[in-house]
Amino acid sequence: MITKEELIQPENRVYGKPALMNDTPMHYCPGCSHGLVHKLIAEIIEEMGIEEDTIAICPVGCAVFAYRYLSVDWIEASHGRAPACATAAKRLWPKKLVFTYQGDGDMACIGTGEAIHAMNRGENIAMIFINNAIYGMTGGQMAPTTLMGMKTATCPYGRQADLHGYPLHITDIAATLEGTCYVTRQSVHTVANIRKTKRAIRQAFENSMQGKGCSVVEVVSTCASGWKKTPAESNKWMEENMFPYYPLGDLKNTAEQ
Amino acid sequence: MAKMRGAIVVDIERCKGCNLCAIACPLNLVSLSATVNHKGYNYAEQTDWTQCNGCTSCAIVCPDGCITVYRKKEE
Repeated sequence: MITKEELIQPENRVYGKPALMNDTPMHYCPGCSHGLVHKLIAEIIEEMGIEEDTIAICPVGCAVFAYRYLSVDWIEASHGRAPACATAAKRLWPKKLVFTYQGDGDMACIGTGEAIHAMNRGENIAMIFINNAIYGMTGGQMAPTTLMGMKTATCPYGRQADLHGYPLHITDIAATLEGTCYVTRQSVHTVANIRKTKRAIRQAFENSMQGKGCSVVEVVSTCASGWKKTPAESNKWMEENMFPYYPLGDLKNTAEQ
Repeated sequence: MAKMRGAIVVDIERCKGCNLCAIACPLNLVSLSATVNHKGYNYAEQTDWTQCNGCTSCAIVCPDGCITVYRKKEE
């Protein structure tokens, strides 16, 4: 019978926090999807061995402090301007991995112009888009991706089409542009989905390194604080309400051809 | 018969008590503690390590990377 002390030895370690994700405590709320996506990015960069060849662009939003948590080179862009920064970085260093990490307020609202034009120009960057249908950082206001009828701080009676318009499917728009090579929508609420998202982000990073075009990975996420639910309830709510609006799967993949 | 044995180590001070690991564990071996860490969160802990097979589900779903999994085949 093996004892716990014999089992807990460095040679038996099979999974843990990646070394690239440093020990700084993350400011994210309990159960936030941002932490999972950060962890996946750290794992992928470690597996690809490109710690020294990565330039990441921070957004404004909950992930504004992402540069504190992952030990790679970051540029902090002004709100919505991450794709513009990424364009400059990638054109100056074409061999590096350049990716942006943006939320729905950053990519689908203030930075729509930058995002769509960077995609349309076919910049060789990867864009990770965290869509939780709400502005988490500022206190749960309505986002462009907020679902119809969904209650937020700025639409307390639910989102109405005549007053607020319709949810913006920015990833679907990305799939119609000729400059994008890989557009996919994933989530991180179960082990299987986390593995799929990891594969998707890895492919996006490889596309960026190989100069195949712009890759967009949307991660349908939860915002337990903004939705005023527990992390487990948020995951359930996301499955029931978000996935019919934002169905998971690849929207476009011309990189493999 | 060879059996996979596993155990987890939780970074108690990093844990925020989101409970996602407890839901992800297929054998229901993880639960939140009765005591709290310095931030005031009930942290995750393994209730019965002898049943654990080291599947890493709890650690994969942990948003803060608090869980380290150890696994060894017992002959």
